[in-house]
Amino acid sequence: MTVRRVQGSEVEYGIAVQGQPHANPMVTSTHVVNSYASAHHLTRRARWDFEEENPLRDARGFDLGRGDADPSQLTDEDLGLANIILTNGARLYVDHAHPEYSSPEVTSPRDVVIWEKAGEEVMRSAAELASQIPGHGTVVLYKNNIDNKGASYGSHENYLMDRAVPFDQIVTHLTPFFASRQVVCGAGRVGQQQDGSVHAFQVSQRADYFEVGVGLETTLKRPIINTRDEPHADARKYRRLHVIIGDANCSETSIYLKHGTASLVLALIEAGRTVTDLTLENPVAALHEISYDPTLRTTVRLADGRTVTALDLQGEYLQRARALVDDTGDADEQTLDVLERWEDVLTRLAHDPMDLATELDWVAKLALLERYRERDGLDWDHAKLHLVDLQYHDVRTERGLFHQLVRTGRMKRLVDPAEIQAAITEPPVDTRAWFRGKCLQYFSDDIAAASWDSVIFDLPGYASLQRVPTMEPLRGTREHVGALFDSRPTATELFRALTGSS
Amino acid sequence: MSEQQHKSNRPSRDADEQVEATEVDTEAKAKLDDDVDSILDEIDDVLEENAEEFVRSFVQKGGQ
Repeated sequence: MTVRRVQGSEVEYGIAVQGQPHANPMVTSTHVVNSYASAHHLTRRARWDFEEENPLRDARGFDLGRGDADPSQLTDEDLGLANIILTNGARLYVDHAHPEYSSPEVTSPRDVVIWEKAGEEVMRSAAELASQIPGHGTVVLYKNNIDNKGASYGSHENYLMDRAVPFDQIVTHLTPFFASRQVVCGAGRVGQQQDGSVHAFQVSQRADYFEVGVGLETTLKRPIINTRDEPHADARKYRRLHVIIGDANCSETSIYLKHGTASLVLALIEAGRTVTDLTLENPVAALHEISYDPTLRTTVRLADGRTVTALDLQGEYLQRARALVDDTGDADEQTLDVLERWEDVLTRLAHDPMDLATELDWVAKLALLERYRERDGLDWDHAKLHLVDLQYHDVRTERGLFHQLVRTGRMKRLVDPAEIQAAITEPPVDTRAWFRGKCLQYFSDDIAAASWDSVIFDLPGYASLQRVPTMEPLRGTREHVGALFDSRPTATELFRALTGSS
Repeated sequence: MSEQQHKSNRPSRDADEQVEATEVDTEAKAKLDDDVDSILDEIDDVLEENAEEFVRSFVQKGGQ
């Protein structure tokens, strides 16, 4: 029983060009990604050409570069190519008119915090670079999920699971957890309903955009449980649980607990510790009702007729996780820390949610909003409150209100900023992301493409591209292949050592 | 900061709860409350101008 498992996060950022509300977001997003690629030499001499490399046609995604093209030369017809891999093992690309950062695979919630936060640094830098393109306006990115006019964009989590766990068990036991966890990891929103037409605060950015219980969609009729089955690993052994219900968090505490508590609940499910008596009568309605009440007193009805609050539900999961940890008696330090913080946060939320104003996003945001309302006598429909909501997520340190709170000591941090700085370029050491990242770091000229489950070399003297599969997420670690890099081999020497060829 | 502002910042806290709070908590919260004016002043300095126009023009395409 542990919070440790292979996991990661994906965040689509909101994007705007100052003074140019009609700027094409796909073009601007492409500028953001390619500016970063160019500045960090993450481009390749040759373009990836799917047509000429038949043996590799099934390789997914991950074109490495735009050659030496200046970002300002990009046109619409080139837009499909903004898709790079960073030396930290992450993916930076354009998805649905938003720049997206997908973290490298890590093995703990704390490492998710570090590499997701490193992604914010990447995005901030990328936007600055794009803004320097001659004739280009200032690009501003927002780590949020909505425009409050009907559009929503995602922040997803991924968790590697045992394939043997039946999916219906996952649906049953995760749904009440997901409907209620927003009290810990909601990002807060001014406005209710998808178009924000009801003028009130709510706990979650994303709650209103979830309309069904289970499904494959991610861009419309979004489901609480997403059924995408694309493991990016050995499908006989693993499932990648793709979680689309979650807000983009700025708070390190929220990110940490979001991943830590989900990992624990998945461990409960894998261990067969079922929690069927928490099944909600109407999960989607419960999700919305919980989000609409920042006092957290709202009750929702279970299938067995009982009524409970979100804090009751979270408390039930906490108790069961703690019981399993106690029974197995082998908990690591981070697992105990997650349990302790989870309990502490739930206890203080029950006392007064405002007690978490220096730790959780939605509470920090609400505290600011309430102070404005009080000082300036503002109603919830006032533009200034909407602006505070939006600008909380501005990734620029000098403008973003979250960053303002951090800088002035009003928002607690969990990790050392130096760890985040290092993670901008360094991959995690304990997953296959280490191999991917180091290959990009040392051999970017010799790599044609890479993906979560492969690195494809273009080696001198080889007529075709050479694919190194990485189907096991816990192989390709520093411990596993680090020695091969110690002698600073050429790409060809590395490839031969890996494959035992000569 | 006026006493009135101080009280109204924490409307949900009644007298009993305040007695239960530890001394450290009380001090920390008092400090937070003292910060209120400076927080808003600082944020006023960085908030985008013309809130209405800014918020109206923030239109995104849908994503995942």
